[in-house]
Amino acid sequence: MVTRDRILTFLALCVLASFLWYAERSMGDYSVRILNNIAIFIMLAVSYNLINGVAGQFSLGPNAFLAIGAYTSALLSLSPEEKINTFIIEPLIWPLSVISVSFPVSLIAAGLVSAFFALIIAVPVFRTRGDYLAIVTLGFGEVVQVFANNLVSVTNGPLGLKSLTPYTNLTWSWGLCLLTIFCIVRLVNSSYGRAMKAVREDETAAEAMGINAFRTKTLAFVVSAFFQGIGGGLLAHLITTISPSLFTFMFTFNLLSMIVVGGLGSTTGAVLGAIIITWGGELLRFFEEPISFLGYSYKGIPGMRMVIFSTLLIIVMIFARKGLMGRNEFTWKGLFNLFQRRFGRPPQ
Amino acid sequence: MKRLLGALFLVGLICSNGLAADPIVIGAYLSMTGNVASYGQMGWDGISIAKKMRPEVLGRPVEVRLVDTKSDKVESANAVSRLIEKDKVVAIIGEMISGNTLAGADYAERKKIPMVSPTATNPLVTQNKKYIFRVCFIDTDQGKIAAKLARDLFKAKTAAIIMDISQDYSVALASFFKREFTKAGGKVIAETKFKSGDRDFTPQMGTIKGAKPDVIYAPIYYTECALAAKQAREMGITAPILAGDGVQAPELLELGGDAVEGIIFTTHFHKDMVTSEIGKKFLKVFKQEFGKEPDAFTANAADAYFLLMDAISRAGSADPQNIRDAIANTKEFEGVTGKIVMQPNGNPLKAMVVNKVKNGKFVHVTTVNP
Amino acid sequence: MDYSFLIQQIVFGLTLGCLYGLIAIGYTMVYGVLRLINFAHGDLLMVAAYLVFFGMAIYNLSWPIAFIGAILLTSFMGILIDRGAYRPLRKSPRISALITAIGVSFLLENLGLVIIGGRPKTFPTPPLFEGAQNLAGIQIPNLSIWVFVMTGGLLAAVFLVVNRTKIGMAMRAVSRDMDTVRLMGVDVNRVISFTFALGSALAAAGGIMWCMKYPAIEPFMGVIPGLKAFVAAVLGGIGSITGAALGGILLGLSEVVIVAVWPEWSGYRDATAFTILIFILLTRPTGIMGEELPG
Repeated sequence: MVTRDRILTFLALCVLASFLWYAERSMGDYSVRILNNIAIFIMLAVSYNLINGVAGQFSLGPNAFLAIGAYTSALLSLSPEEKINTFIIEPLIWPLSVISVSFPVSLIAAGLVSAFFALIIAVPVFRTRGDYLAIVTLGFGEVVQVFANNLVSVTNGPLGLKSLTPYTNLTWSWGLCLLTIFCIVRLVNSSYGRAMKAVREDETAAEAMGINAFRTKTLAFVVSAFFQGIGGGLLAHLITTISPSLFTFMFTFNLLSMIVVGGLGSTTGAVLGAIIITWGGELLRFFEEPISFLGYSYKGIPGMRMVIFSTLLIIVMIFARKGLMGRNEFTWKGLFNLFQRRFGRPPQ
Repeated sequence: MKRLLGALFLVGLICSNGLAADPIVIGAYLSMTGNVASYGQMGWDGISIAKKMRPEVLGRPVEVRLVDTKSDKVESANAVSRLIEKDKVVAIIGEMISGNTLAGADYAERKKIPMVSPTATNPLVTQNKKYIFRVCFIDTDQGKIAAKLARDLFKAKTAAIIMDISQDYSVALASFFKREFTKAGGKVIAETKFKSGDRDFTPQMGTIKGAKPDVIYAPIYYTECALAAKQAREMGITAPILAGDGVQAPELLELGGDAVEGIIFTTHFHKDMVTSEIGKKFLKVFKQEFGKEPDAFTANAADAYFLLMDAISRAGSADPQNIRDAIANTKEFEGVTGKIVMQPNGNPLKAMVVNKVKNGKFVHVTTVNP
Repeated sequence: MDYSFLIQQIVFGLTLGCLYGLIAIGYTMVYGVLRLINFAHGDLLMVAAYLVFFGMAIYNLSWPIAFIGAILLTSFMGILIDRGAYRPLRKSPRISALITAIGVSFLLENLGLVIIGGRPKTFPTPPLFEGAQNLAGIQIPNLSIWVFVMTGGLLAAVFLVVNRTKIGMAMRAVSRDMDTVRLMGVDVNRVISFTFALGSALAAAGGIMWCMKYPAIEPFMGVIPGLKAFVAAVLGGIGSITGAALGGILLGLSEVVIVAVWPEWSGYRDATAFTILIFILLTRPTGIMGEELPG
């Protein structure tokens, strides 16, 4: 059965690869952009799910790590001339003003720097629990934004960084996305993952069983931040312009919606949630824009998209708290069972 | 009977779609919400009236697709990429403020789609770019005129600057003013900063009060200017305020009340300066539709639209490259805001208008020709 | 250092602090009975401001009627939010309620955007609240005096209600042990609704006064004051009403005075609140007046 699963997974990956190859050739820039967005958000949702869902530590600050990752990656990948052009209020500090590395290196750096920050704040952050943990992480997210706005000689302040080279393409985004899913799934299924789940269920009992709760929580936090940092770097090189206003609590809210809709605690759920909300968000845009149809014009209601999202989240929380997948993960067997139940036994 | 009517309706639907000529699709990315929502909305009003006055070109109807940038740079970049990739526009109007235009222009330049900004005044917007144009003056000139006004009108020897560090427009214009004011013999004795969305200016006003300048230069946007002026007056600061084109919105008067009386600012337009035929017609149609007078942002956006139409008809085609070349060759275009002659760097030679807030209204003081 | 400037700033800080305090009380009361951080609380500020704007600009109501009407309607809105979004989740894990609260907050903000539009509206400040008194060369804005008076009055009223009425006693009991109170035959839902109403009314009052100081009404205007008020509540000890008021004043003062003494740090102003929060949560999580946190 395991071999069957492996073969099926391999086949699915081949299908995905050929679809992406086809998309790159013939589906037009807009669709490619959406696919890139979906990949990045899957990556972010899956890593956010690790700390919130699997380890049960409700963090509201992923926008901070995203910001750190995006800025690190951008600052490292810009060339010195571009930096001089962009930093018009205060020049960029040395040595950042002279360093310029390749895209993959900047991504790795982004991940490492984010993880480093996560490690530093883990000590104070995990002294709190529950609601307070949420607020402290939220506060951290806000503080990072304020610092990004004010450390003009490092981040160029509110003007942000522009003219980044659009390195992100389908290969990078989906490749790293699949790598993230693979790593996280392996982590969750390992003894570390089980420790995280134990801490989530009952921290005191877990400690009594010999699990070092602090180390477990920190591991989840740091790994989560690492992938969020890389995601931030990918995002920066997709949008090609970043500024502190991108990394607000609203971004966190988006990620939160994704993992909640998909099912808090399920990696598959995070993937599904990311796809639904990213794609759905694009589809819903048409509510916000004026369209003319047979001479009738609909003026377009800006802000309607977020109203729909918030309502969706509230409805999910009240009526379907477990989200789409609950805590279950995807298995090939589960998929077949689902089909059998829906469509009756296949003819023999 | 019902079925017959239904069938007729369907036929009508199909026919109207089939008979309608292939529209020319242009894009507009404007800030309909957010910190400078007034500009985007005013711009859209201007484009709507202009479109009403000239709904077709080359025998084809014009369709304008609007995307809201939420006054944000990143959204602006996204908006431009969506307009180009999804809506496949042949030209773009926007944005109203420099920061957002800088974010969006990159992509348009890369994809070789011509872009015309109504009111982005930062020089960098068109610098070294072949596909980006504007229908307004640039900030190097605005800073120069502002410095001149400070010296001549206010006889100021010292000035304090308050700027919005989250806006490229504000930062650049402040630095141009400082350069010109210093060259003309003045001295900038205080430079205070805030960022868009800030509503409390007590620390900045405290610094300015201590510095006792002859004039305060505020190259910022309307909400912050109104609130800052209010708080300045509350703190007992009496120095006159000189501002740029970023303050000309009705909210300045509403929010500022008495505090903004007497503010003098450089800008693009006042209805009293209109001389062209199309301008007069625009004033009439606009007043009919909206019941009020148009101002700089409306008029410039209308001009961006008219310029595009003019370029398309001169080019004889809706191909982006041809449109771009036609815009670049604009020599004799008469717009609502005056004559536009496009220079090779993408900037037109345009007159600058000086307005003043008097009795709760914007009044025209003078026009400075290039 | 210019003393008159410093005193003026202290007055300003106290004013700001009172406003934070008023909003913080609502947070702390709801947290006390429900153990829920009501993210939507800050947005009630915005609701109250728009209601006054509509009342006065469109229906031409006089300002006392508009103000009182707005406060009443906002209380009602608070009850509505509880009934609609939080009550169904009474028995669910707290995280669900927290997420829902975030959802409600965003919903209110974006509904505001959709209904009102993006351009800021000007709050119609009645002339009574404008202008300033000149005391020994220092300009004290009339509004500040009103804020002190109103805050004092409202605090006294809240104290009376919480400590001297039956429903107040019920509120205090519910914050200790909800299930036992139910066993005693008290309609817990009614008590909770009342808590929301009271807290929302205070937020509305605070919001109206906030708008008289910063007259630009926008859909997202309640976000930052709301967050800071929450910090104030935690600073003072979440669950304690005196603590919330005290925390608010301390926060307002420190925010203003730090920036007045070191103007170069004015960009970091919003971060002061959060830095204080993180510091408090690490060193003395129960806050200044707080009791032991129940689990």
